[in-house]
Amino acid sequence: MSAQATSAAEPQRNYLNADYGIKSWLLTTDHKRIGLMYLLTMTLFFFLGGAFAVAIRLELATPHGDLVESETYNKLFTMHGVIMIFFFLIPSIPAVLGNFLLPLMLGARDLAFPRLNLLTWYLFTIGGVFTLYAVVSGGVDTGWTFYTPYSSTYANTHVIATALGVFITGFSSILTGLNFIVTTHKMRAPGLTWFRLPLFVWAHYATSLIQILGTPVLATAILLVGIERLFGVGIFDPKLGGDPVLFQHLFWFYSHPAVYIMILPSMGVISELISTFARKRVFGYSFIAMSSLAIAILGFFVWGHHMFVSGQSVYAGVVFSLLSMLVAVPSAVKVFNWTATLYKGSIQFSTPMIYALGFLGLFTIGGLTGLFLATLAVDVHVHDTYFVVAHFHYIMVGGALMAYLGGLHFWWPKITGRMYPEFLGKISAVIIFLGFNLTFFPQFLLGYLGMPRRYHVYPDEFQVLNVLSSAGASILGLGYLIPMAYLVWSLKYGKRAPSNPWRASGLEWTTPSPPATFNFDRTPVVTTEAYHYSEELGAPRTGTDVREVEIV
Amino acid sequence: MSSHDEHHGASLRTYLVIFGSLLALTGLTVWVAFHDFGSFNTPLALVIAGVKGTLVVLYFMHVRYNSRLVWVFAAAGFLWLMILFGFTFSDYLTRDAAEATVQDVPAWPTR
Repeated sequence: MSAQATSAAEPQRNYLNADYGIKSWLLTTDHKRIGLMYLLTMTLFFFLGGAFAVAIRLELATPHGDLVESETYNKLFTMHGVIMIFFFLIPSIPAVLGNFLLPLMLGARDLAFPRLNLLTWYLFTIGGVFTLYAVVSGGVDTGWTFYTPYSSTYANTHVIATALGVFITGFSSILTGLNFIVTTHKMRAPGLTWFRLPLFVWAHYATSLIQILGTPVLATAILLVGIERLFGVGIFDPKLGGDPVLFQHLFWFYSHPAVYIMILPSMGVISELISTFARKRVFGYSFIAMSSLAIAILGFFVWGHHMFVSGQSVYAGVVFSLLSMLVAVPSAVKVFNWTATLYKGSIQFSTPMIYALGFLGLFTIGGLTGLFLATLAVDVHVHDTYFVVAHFHYIMVGGALMAYLGGLHFWWPKITGRMYPEFLGKISAVIIFLGFNLTFFPQFLLGYLGMPRRYHVYPDEFQVLNVLSSAGASILGLGYLIPMAYLVWSLKYGKRAPSNPWRASGLEWTTPSPPATFNFDRTPVVTTEAYHYSEELGAPRTGTDVREVEIV
Repeated sequence: MSSHDEHHGASLRTYLVIFGSLLALTGLTVWVAFHDFGSFNTPLALVIAGVKGTLVVLYFMHVRYNSRLVWVFAAAGFLWLMILFGFTFSDYLTRDAAEATVQDVPAWPTR
C-alpha cells in the first residue's frame, strides 16, 4: 500500500497542482479535471433551474395568477424542466462522480478515450449556451416534453434554440456512455473481474447502455420537430398528414429510460455509501449488480405509460401497464438488499449516510407511487395532476439529487483533498430531507384532489397545501445553499483529508487525496471482492495488492 | 491493436460491390414507391432500408471484421430498434380495436 503511506499534511504532486492556468483546464484530458469542470458548469445550471423553481413556488403561493402572466408561467416551468433534466440530472452523477471515479475504481490511469471525454464537456457546454440563449431571449413554453403539434407548429417561443441545445447535449451523453462502456470492458486492473467491480461501476455500465441505446432516438425526435417547424414537412402535425402521438412514442422511448439514467448512478452511489457506513459487505451483491442491468433493459419496455390518455390504443395501454409493474421488481430488489445490508451493520451517521438513508425512504415513496401511476384506471384519475409532479420529484430530487449530494460529500475529500465541516453537513442533510418532504408531500394530496399541473391559477381550497409546498421549497432552497457555502469554504479552510477518511474499501481510497494526475503509481492488482470489510471494527482490508511493475 | 484489426479485411472491390448494391437498393426503393402493394407498402420499404443499413454497418463500418463483442453491441442497436418499432406498432395496429370498445360505451348525455 505505497500510495496510502502519503501523509495527510504533506503537500504533494496531484492532479490539481500538476499544472496551472486556464489552458491547463480547458485543454485537459485528465478525467478528474473534466469531472470538476462538469461540476462547476452543472452547479450553475442547477442554481438557474432552481431560480425558476423559486419563481414557480412564489407564484403558486396564492390561487390567483398575480405574480406572472400565464404565458410567463408556461415558460417558467418549461425552463425549469429543460434545465434541471437535460443540464443537471441526466449528466449529474455520471459526468461529475462517474468521470472522476470510474478510472480510479477500475485501477486505470484515465478513461479509454480522454480526448473524447473533453469533447463531451464542450458539447455539453455548447448545448447549454443554446439553451441559455433561449432563456435570455424570451424563453420557451412547450413544457420540457416538447409535445407536438404545439412545439412543431403553434408555439411562437424559442423552440428551435432550446431543442438544438438538448440535441447537442445529447451527443455529450452518448459519448460519455461510450467511453464508460469501453473503459469498463478494456481497462480493468489485473484481477478486477466483473464480479469484483464496485456496484457504482455496474450502475454506470447499465446507465451507459441506456445513454447509447436511447439518446439517438431523442435526437431523432427533436430533429423531426425541427424539420416540421422549419420546413413544414408533415410528420407530427395532423393538418399536414402527420401523427402527434408518434412524437410521444419517440420522445418517451428515450425520456422514460432517461429517468433510469438519473436514478441508476444514484443507486450505484447508495450501494457505496451504505456499505461503507454500515461497515458491511453489500448484501446480495450480484442481485444488485444484475438488477441494474434489468432496470436498464426493462426500462425500455414501459414508455407507453406516459400515453395512457393520449389516444394510444387500449391494447398498448394494457401491455405497457403490465410491463411498468415489472420494472418495479429490480428496483425493489435493490431497496431490500440495501436494507438487509444495514441489518446488524455498524452504522455510522455521517453526512453521506444521512443522505443515503434519506434516499432509501424517498425513493421508496417515489417508486411505489409510480405503481399507482402505472395502473391504468388510477392513472386516468391522476394523470397530469400534481400527483405526477410529486411522484417524479420524489424519484429525481428525493432519489437522484439526494444521492448526488451524498456522493459529493463522500468523495469530496478525494476530489479536493479537504474535509468539509461534518456538523454543518449533517444539519443541511436533515434540512434538505425535511424541506423536501414539506415541498412535495402536499403535492401528492393536491394531485389526488384533482389539481392539474402546469396551471398557475387554482381554486381557493387548494391554497393551504400550496402554501405548505412553497414554504417547504424555501427550506429546501436554504438546505442547498448551506452545502454550497461550506463546500466552497472547505476548499481553502477545510482540514486536509487523509487518503481514506471513511476507512472505505474501494480502490480509489488507496490513492492519495487528491490523487496524482495518472491516479496510480503502480498498477494495482485486485485479489479480493469489493466491500471486503473485516468482521470487527477497524481498518478495512482494502482488497488490493500492488503489483511490482511501474506503469510505462 | 492487432494487425488483423488494423487491416479490416475488406478490399476496394468489396466496397465497390457494396456501393453498387446500395445504389441498386435505392433504385428498388424508388420503384416500390411508385407501385401499390397495398398493406405491404410500408413493410417493403422498411425491409429494403433494413438491408441497406445492415450492409453499411457490416462493411463500411467494419463490424464484420471486428470481435464478437462488437457484434453483440451492434446487434443490440438493431434489437433496440425492433423494440421501438414493435411496441410503437402495438399501438398503431390496434387502434381500431380500441375504437370498437369505445363505441360500446353509451353516448355522453348532452344538455
